[in-house]
Parts: sequence; structure tokens; C-alpha cells
Amino acid sequence: MHSLKSCTVCPGFLLGTTARVLACLFLLPLPAVAGDLGWPEKDELTIGFIKLTDMAPIAIAYENGYFEEEGLYVTIESQANWKVLLDGVIDGRLDGAHMLAGQPLAAAIGFGTEAHIITPLSMDLNGNGITVSNDVWKEMKPHVPKMDDGRPVHPIGAGALKPVVDRYRAAGKPFRMGMVFPVSTHNYELRYWLAAGGIHPGYYAPHKGDISGQTGADALLSVTPPPQMPATLEAGTIHGYCVGEPWNQQAVFKGIGVPVITDYEIWKDNPEKVFGLAHEFAEKYPNTTIRLTRALIRAAMWLDENDNANRPAAVKILSQSNYVGADYDVIANSMTGTFEYEKGDKREVPDFNVFFRSDATYPYYSDAVWYLTQMRRWGQIESDKPDEWYKEIAAKVYRPDIYAAAAKSLVEEGLADPSVFPDFDSETGFKPPQSEFIDGIVYDGTKPNAYIEQFTIGLKQGDLL
Amino acid sequence: MAEAISIARHIERRFSVLASLKRSVSVVVANLALPLSGILAFLILWPIAARNIDTSLGQFPSPAAVWEQFGSLYAEHKSERLKEKAFYVRQEERNAERMAEDPTYEPGIRAYTGKETFLDQIGTSLVTVMLGFSLATAIAVPFGIAIGLSRALNASVNPIIQVLKPISPLAWLPLVTMVVSAMYAAPHPSVPKSFIISMITVALCCLWPMVINTSVGVASIDKDFVNVSRVLNLSAVSHVFRIVIPASIPMIFTGMRLSIGIAWMVLIAAEMLAQNPGLGKFVWDEFQNGSSESLSRILAAAIVIGFIGFLLDRGMLLIQRFVSWDKASAAR
Repeated sequence: MHSLKSCTVCPGFLLGTTARVLACLFLLPLPAVAGDLGWPEKDELTIGFIKLTDMAPIAIAYENGYFEEEGLYVTIESQANWKVLLDGVIDGRLDGAHMLAGQPLAAAIGFGTEAHIITPLSMDLNGNGITVSNDVWKEMKPHVPKMDDGRPVHPIGAGALKPVVDRYRAAGKPFRMGMVFPVSTHNYELRYWLAAGGIHPGYYAPHKGDISGQTGADALLSVTPPPQMPATLEAGTIHGYCVGEPWNQQAVFKGIGVPVITDYEIWKDNPEKVFGLAHEFAEKYPNTTIRLTRALIRAAMWLDENDNANRPAAVKILSQSNYVGADYDVIANSMTGTFEYEKGDKREVPDFNVFFRSDATYPYYSDAVWYLTQMRRWGQIESDKPDEWYKEIAAKVYRPDIYAAAAKSLVEEGLADPSVFPDFDSETGFKPPQSEFIDGIVYDGTKPNAYIEQFTIGLKQGDLL
Repeated sequence: MAEAISIARHIERRFSVLASLKRSVSVVVANLALPLSGILAFLILWPIAARNIDTSLGQFPSPAAVWEQFGSLYAEHKSERLKEKAFYVRQEERNAERMAEDPTYEPGIRAYTGKETFLDQIGTSLVTVMLGFSLATAIAVPFGIAIGLSRALNASVNPIIQVLKPISPLAWLPLVTMVVSAMYAAPHPSVPKSFIISMITVALCCLWPMVINTSVGVASIDKDFVNVSRVLNLSAVSHVFRIVIPASIPMIFTGMRLSIGIAWMVLIAAEMLAQNPGLGKFVWDEFQNGSSESLSRILAAAIVIGFIGFLLDRGMLLIQRFVSWDKASAAR
């Protein structure tokens, strides 16, 4: 930490100039410069999280002392649900939080509470699953193609669920599914999967005051906090849900449900959680923000180190009651690369939780744009917007400049190898077109409107409910 | 004749010894043997019932499982204290390092950032309930006295009291949360919002028994006392402090005993929702975790909650016995 003060100014100056030019193009606030990282301005911080396996980088950064090494004294508090967490960041009770990737974006466009929240770091990729109740699985199973040994062929498309949903509707019973928040990755992944199988998940019509998202739906989606999902499934209030781990494996362990697909199979290496902070906080305390990012990057690196060798130790920490609290065995499955579908059917999914590999921590603009396109697809953004609007919102919320400052300072101190980070000088923030989706549709982040047109189910250009 | 009398007296003494022996035995039986046998029967029936209840979180915990959890909660408390010591040592080292580098730096001591332990949470709950109860007493007793003394005031305020009384703490909470968030916008770190919210909710729910009992006590003091005060031409203040209050203490304390019981129950619910770091939050967090030890830990917490409630009630009773003139009413 002491060597930072004697760093040369030149690379900082170049970065600053490029950044300032880019800032004018994208109307960004002035980005942070890593050349001379000072002490944190505010060193007693409170960070919020929800009890999910992928809050791991925060827990590891605390337990391994990375926060303390940055001069930060962090209190980590679990929050009751996503709304309380978001409100906590907005009103300053929390300095930063483990957030759904869609939350800062929705806050920027004013769906829900309007606020300017930024994210300098993506916390992980993948990590979710869709689970259905035992009864629904029994009805689905005959429609799923089987392998030679009798086990279902994966990935299981929602086409196998469609006859079940149709039967429920014909009998006059609503088919209900749970997800964790209206702008959660789980909501969009569940809708994507359902729509790919021909099941309509419903539209939102915020301009008409309808934020239930159930207009015209075949399957009715509603919000439940993650730790309460297995209990709600058991009670029969919902027939399936999409949630992050460990709540899918918890359902298998307790014998109350069957996970049918992971989001890794819906969209390979999809962005999941981000670390969110209020924009005012980042502006007022730039050093603190960069140091927080540094500590979290180090934690993410530790989690994926040596081919996931540290994962069992991480699971032991997560099973403490003040972090995730679920049993060690339940969390261990997904963190160590296996996923149990039906009871006894364990399959290898090595990248179920990815914290650092595959540039998991870099906040890509194309990830932000994907969420915005899905918000438009389902009506949370009620009217058409030009491609530039999508990119502007993404640039307002996602802050790769802070990430780059943090990463560069880690490299300068020898705490990280430059090869593990993207090439900051040439990185545009948009990934090349991605095709590994369950329905085979190709996503190009630079052309959001063209992407939205490709879906069979979903609002299109000119549609206004 | 004298012999007959002495034999008769001898027999009488024997009978009285027997009679007092019989009395002592019945006292022991009532105060010790019967309660003990009740507890023993409960402890025998509990594991039998527990074995037959299988929930999705595992079998319903037996007394042995709960006892084990008491041990593990205490062990966690001790290990957390060790971690706290190590934290302060590291902080001292870091501050010294930085001061050596930068002599203008003024080191601060940051509070320990680790989790609160079960014993800490018991402490927080007790502090919150005491403060909430004191706030309620400070409002309820003067108000009750005023209502008791003035029939007009009683008639006008009574409908409002009757409507506010049954409101559940869970209904008050969102309102209290919004108001506190608006008025206490910049919380001091040692007095978090959740603490204020829990305290106010507890006060709002437990002041009603005190108001009603105080007003009834004041309204029903012996007419003789009122006459004495009129004869002696006591001022209003003297009348209240020397006649009214001492005369209505039994009723006031009955109200306080009821209130402390309600306050303790409301506190646990309020803590669960306001996330004040006390026993209510402990139970809620364990439920969210859903680990295989969660049920045992929740039961352990429930037993502690019940035991503390019992102690609070007995404490209030002791104070009542000390302060009240009517020892009979403080016997139960």
C-alpha cells in the first residue's frame, strides 16, 4: 500500500486523458485515476447482502482480511429482502451492497424507486436454477427426452412444461411461479426459458399502473424472498421458482422439489450479481470506492484460484449463521462444481458459480444492455427507445473506469498478474455477439433493437400496451 | 387428675407437632415437589412427541438437541470474543504503522465489525424492552392519573383508547418505520434506527394496560382518603403525590406487570421485522438459514425468551411488594 504513493504519474495521465475523452462522448462523470491512490476517506462502512451463495466475495474479503488491508472496517449485514437492501443503499443506511444486476439499471430508468446507483464490479456469473414442485415434475417427466440410462436429457426446455401449464389452465387453476424481484436476473431468465418453450410469462404495463407483470400470462410470476422460496413451494403457494443457490439444492435435500435447469444452460456465462453503490457515495469517496473494488477483486481471485481449490474453505465460511447459514453440504454442491437435479441425479457443472474466470468481474456494457432489452421485451420499459438510449443508460450505471483503476493498482502492487484482466486500452465494454442461449438466438449488445425483434414472445418495435 | 392433665397435654403437644409436620410437608409439596414433577413429566413427554414430528428442516428437536445448542451458542460467543481481541490488536498495529509513516495522522479506534453473539443479542433485547417500557410508563402513568381524576376527560378520551388498544404491533411497525425514517434521518452509529423503531413500537403497544389500570386505580381510591385531602385543604399537587399515587399503587403496579409481559412479547415481534439485533432477529435469521440446526437453535432461543419473561415478571412483583402498602395484592 505504501508503494502506491511513489507511482509515476504518466500512465495515470494517459488513462485520465483517454477517460476524459470517453467521458465527453458518453456524458460520464469524471472517472477515478489510479496513479496515486490515497487512504480511504470513509473507513467505517456497512455492506448489505442477501443470503445467497454468491455473496461469497464479500464474506471472503472480510474473513481473509482484504478489507482491513485496504484500511476499511466493514460491517456486513444481511438484509430481509431485495427491496429493503435497495432502499438501504438509496437512503445511505448501507454504503454498498450485493445487488441484482437489474437493480441499478431499473433505478436509473425509474422503474421502482428512482436513484442513481453505479456498479464498478460484477460479482459473479451464473449461479441460478429453476426448480419445480414434485407434482409438477411428475407430470413433466414423460415429456422430457431420456438418455439410454433413463435419465433426462439436459438442458430441459420449457416445452416439457407447456403441457402441464395448459392442463392447469384448462382445469381453471392458475400456474404460479416465484422469482426474487421484478428486476432480478431470475425474473428475466425464468421468462426467457418459459418463452423459449412457448409459455407466455406476462407483460408489465407501468404506464397504466400495472406492475404485477401478469398481463396476458399463461404462467403467473410473483415475488418471494430467496430464503423463503422452499417453504413457499412446500406450502403449495407456488408450483416452481427461479432462485440462486443454495435454495435449489435445499429443495432437493428436503425432498420438496426438483431443479430442472440451471441458468448456465439458459445463457452460458450470464452476468448475475453486481456490487452496487450510490453515485453520490462514489463521487464523495473515490478512494474508498476503488479500495472496496480492489478488496472484492482479490476475494474473487481467491475463490477461483488453482481451479477452485479454495472453494471448500469458502463454503465453510458461508455456512456460518451470519452469512448464508445453510448446511455445509447444501452449499458445497454448486460451489464445488456439481449440481443435483432429481434426487440422486448429480451432474458435473464446473462453472455453476464463476467469480473471476472468464472476466466475470468486469462490468461489461453489453451485460447492462441485455437486461435493458429484456425490460423492454416484457414491458417494464413501456415504449421504444433508440439504440443510443440503451448505451447511455448502461454507461451511466456501469463503471468500468473504477474497475480499471482498481485492477491497475493491484497489478502495480504485484497482487495480480496483468494477464488476468482484459486489455483496458482496447476494451470497448461490449462483448462479441453471444450465441450460447437455449433458444439459439444471437445477442449483439451493440444492436439492442434488432435483438428485441428476434423473439417470438415479447413486445416488439412499435408495441405499446 | 394432674397425671391425666399432663398426659392430655403430652398428647396435645404430639398432635400439634404432627400437625405442624403435616403443614411443613404440604408446603414442601406445594412449592417444590409438585412443580418439579410437572417439569419432569414435561421433559419426558417432549422427546416422545418430538420423535414423531418430522419437518422439512429435520426432526423436531429433543431436549438433548436443544441443550447441545446452548453449549454451541456459548462456545460461539467465546470464540467471537477472541476474534474481537485479535481485531483490536491488528488495528493497533495498523495505526502504529500509519503513524510512523504519516505523523499528522490521528488514529481512531474503530469498533469491532464482527457479528453479535447470542449473549449480545439478549443484552440488546433487554435494553430495548427496558427503555420502551420506561417510555411507556412515563407517558401512561401521568395520563392514567389525569383520566382517573377527571371523569370528563375519561369520557372524551376513552373511545380513542379502546380503539388504539387492540392494534397489533405488526400493524404499528410500518407506520413507526416511516415516521422514524423521516424524522431521524441521520442516525448516530450507537443509536440505530431499528433500535428506535423497536423501542417506540414496544412503548405504543404496552402503554394501554398501564393507562387503564392507573385510571381505574385512581378513580376507585377510598372516599375517606379524598375527604382527608379536602379537610386538610391540600393543593392539587399535594393531593396527587401524597394521596392519589400512594393509594393507587397496587393498581398501577398490576398494570405495570401486565405491561412488561406484553412489552416483552411485542419486542420479539418488533425485532423480527425491524431487524433490531436482539433475540427476535436471532429467531428470524435462524429461520431464514434453514440449516439442520436451525430448529434446535430457535427452540433454545424460545426457552430463553420465556425464561427472561418469567424473570421480568418476578422482578416487577418484587418491586411491587417493596413499594406497595397492600401486601395482599402482591402475593400472586
